Amino acid sequence: MAVTFTVNGRPVTSAAPEGTPLLWVLREELKLTGTKYGCGAGQCGACMVHIEGGRTFSCLTPVSSVQGKSVTTIEGLSPGRLNALQRAWLAESVPQCGYCQSGQLMSAAALLAANPRPTRAQIRDHMSTNVCRCGTYPRIMRAIERAAREG
Amino acid sequence: MTTRREFMVGVSGLTFGILLEGCAATPEARERSGASLAQTPAGGARAVNAWASLSPDGTIWIVNPAVEMGQGSQTAIPLIIAEEMDADWSRVVIVPAAPDDKVYGNPGFRGLMYTAGSATVTGYWDVARTFGAQVRRVMMENAARLWNVPLAELSTEPSTVVHAKSGRRLGYGEIAAVAQLPAVAPAIKPEELKQPGQYRLIGKDVMRVELPSKVDGRAQYSIDVQLPGMLYGAVLRGPVEGSAPLAIDDSRSRAIPGVVSIVRMPFGVGVIAETPWAAFGAKDALGVTWDRRARAFGHDSARAPALYSAAARDLTRPGKPWDSAGDAPAAMQKAAKTYESEYICDYTYHAQMEPLNSVASVSAAGDACEIWCGTQSQTMAVAAVAKALGIAPEKVKLNLMLLGGGFGRRGHRDEEFVVDSVLLSKEVKRPVKVLWTREDDVKNGRFRPLSVHYLRAGLDGAGRIVAWQHRVACDEITAFQDPVRYKGGGERDFLAMAGSELRTYDIPNRLSEQLPQQTGIRTSSLRGIGFGPNKFATEAFLDEIAVRHGLDRVDLRLQLLKDTPRGQAVVREVVAMSEYRRARPGRGLGFSFIDYSGTMLAAVAEASVDRKSGKITVHDFWLALDPGIAVQPDNVLAQTESSIIYGLGLSLTERISFKDGAVQERNLRDYGVPRLEDIPELHLKLLSTPNRPTGAGQMATPIVAPVIASAVYAASGARVRHTPFLPERVLTALG
Repeated sequence: MAVTFTVNGRPVTSAAPEGTPLLWVLREELKLTGTKYGCGAGQCGACMVHIEGGRTFSCLTPVSSVQGKSVTTIEGLSPGRLNALQRAWLAESVPQCGYCQSGQLMSAAALLAANPRPTRAQIRDHMSTNVCRCGTYPRIMRAIERAAREG
Repeated sequence: MTTRREFMVGVSGLTFGILLEGCAATPEARERSGASLAQTPAGGARAVNAWASLSPDGTIWIVNPAVEMGQGSQTAIPLIIAEEMDADWSRVVIVPAAPDDKVYGNPGFRGLMYTAGSATVTGYWDVARTFGAQVRRVMMENAARLWNVPLAELSTEPSTVVHAKSGRRLGYGEIAAVAQLPAVAPAIKPEELKQPGQYRLIGKDVMRVELPSKVDGRAQYSIDVQLPGMLYGAVLRGPVEGSAPLAIDDSRSRAIPGVVSIVRMPFGVGVIAETPWAAFGAKDALGVTWDRRARAFGHDSARAPALYSAAARDLTRPGKPWDSAGDAPAAMQKAAKTYESEYICDYTYHAQMEPLNSVASVSAAGDACEIWCGTQSQTMAVAAVAKALGIAPEKVKLNLMLLGGGFGRRGHRDEEFVVDSVLLSKEVKRPVKVLWTREDDVKNGRFRPLSVHYLRAGLDGAGRIVAWQHRVACDEITAFQDPVRYKGGGERDFLAMAGSELRTYDIPNRLSEQLPQQTGIRTSSLRGIGFGPNKFATEAFLDEIAVRHGLDRVDLRLQLLKDTPRGQAVVREVVAMSEYRRARPGRGLGFSFIDYSGTMLAAVAEASVDRKSGKITVHDFWLALDPGIAVQPDNVLAQTESSIIYGLGLSLTERISFKDGAVQERNLRDYGVPRLEDIPELHLKLLSTPNRPTGAGQMATPIVAPVIASAVYAASGARVRHTPFLPERVLTALG
């Protein structure tokens, strides 16, 4: 049974078996490889996407469950130009290996969408969903504060 | 048609070329070179086989011999070359080096292309600067000829030769168009290289070239590679190294739609499928009986420390010497007072964010292969693939991708995760992307070994340490990870033992030795290598000696560093910045110093201990370091933040356990990697001195465990001697 949904505003159809995680449909079928596989268990957040605007682990989301829904990936976060978070990410030189950063940015974008001026405690709490093994956490904190400040 | 001239400089492979036409670099090409190491830039540069090429339009192509895993070498090495070239950095395009040790090998790794050990800037420092200076000299010699003026009257500004007397200027691109190249490269004397005060690029921060691609999803890792007709592979390995399948029941696997082939491999079972999800499902559905001949069966990490301890403490058992000075046993006998203690470090796992994977496309005849992978050694990967296929290395084409973290996991001589993809591609004669799941990455991990450290110290009547003995019982690393380097390096297990030498400290009689434990467990270098466990043991022991002998722990280090002013400087700095002498009620301050291959670090941690739960909270962490010249100062800070946080996990939460030789942890959460909520406030001070760079990528990791142990003692009186300092271990230590 094919599933139809939108990704970054574009309608797509996948014939993947219904239990297939959205992550693998995005990456290998739709070639949107900015969303990363890290743990497959909702433990690291490298696969974070927005579904109907809310952050979601795409590794735990069966593709069948997004029928008719709107999915945003890192490629669709701010197409064509960098948004305030991405600019802040560069200004603070956040990424090291970079592998987790799509997921970090998707998490941070969901935070600022709901709470444009988060406290440090709120940032810490929200962003602890995502793992960065390079330990870019102090810079993630600074970059979110900068993006909130500079909009 | 591109006309191209080049010359080679000496056997160390300093080569450069001048592209006379057809080499116009576009901004897109520059971006691409950052987005992926695998991309070759546009135009004539496809033919670049040298360290640098100049084109008439002013573009300068500089070859990067290192891999990029977040540490910044892809930017730093070309930047060093550009510095001595006096190149306009905005016109530099970075291209990946071909896998050729003879041309691009790291002099710091005996000429191997190997990005590890925080040894890239350190290892290439001299050759990169010399080569850059040679290019600059050739530009100047050509300008002197064109203008008919003495060389001595010329100087350079970025990408421009200047004749101040006449006000004439020539861009490097203009010179490149008409340049004559000498038959032999100009000799550059060390004193002709720039002095630190003359640097335009080194010591100033530039954005890492690949950074823009890492904020919008474009960065390309091997897991992102997509090829026409590509299939997906998964591999089920045995529970321990060296076990092989006896019987395979693949009936349930074959029933999964999309499964193409199931392959018996010497060490496991491979599955090839149309999608990753089908491959994972089929792998999980395999029923395999494994032989039990491998040595690691029966290994139990809960029981092992007692065995290792017995070996370390039995002084009648000679150890394998690593480092010695004077006569430690004799001095120990004569000492006025002796102390002893024991420390343990559990097995730990790299947990690089990108689970291991690789893509291979083997030709139908099996006589050639193209690979896409993230390895820490380009030439090891090519050699391992060539060996697996029985073909010449020249028949292997490597596409080096960005690495989603390395930390020492991706530099093993057998490059097993790359070979996985090659064997499966060969089987189906189609491109195959082999994906390890996170569970595979943990279960098949290669770990920093369990180590037990037995230490003794002897003090004279004046309270001076005159004898030191450090016996390390641990699984061997180097022999497993890299038999070639092990045999070539006198069979010394440097990956396990490095850091147990205490050359900076004024201790006249020292001995460190290894009691290798043959367990058959897969072992590996891991960020900080032997420095991690060994510095924990030595610094924690010094902390105990200070307390038990009534010495001030900072004064003790200053006394031991009496001949090391740069060491004293970082100690004094961290004491000042942390207000170390100011008491914090309810909390404890820890202190530690290490010399990591010449990079000096001192740290103070402020911690509290929950006496009910045993949980340690590190509130603040101060660190001062002197890595010599900081090529990219902000990146040195970033790497230091990174290595502190890595060390925090190793100290407090991370461990791998074994039962019957098999790994018990499954994924990131039960292994215990740190998250944002676990991070103390970091306060760093970079004391960059005009000394040769000594490395920055991992230097802070080993200082974290001893400084936290010191803080825990100061806060609670508990001596934690076993990493990670799990709450139950803290409770036991509290008594």
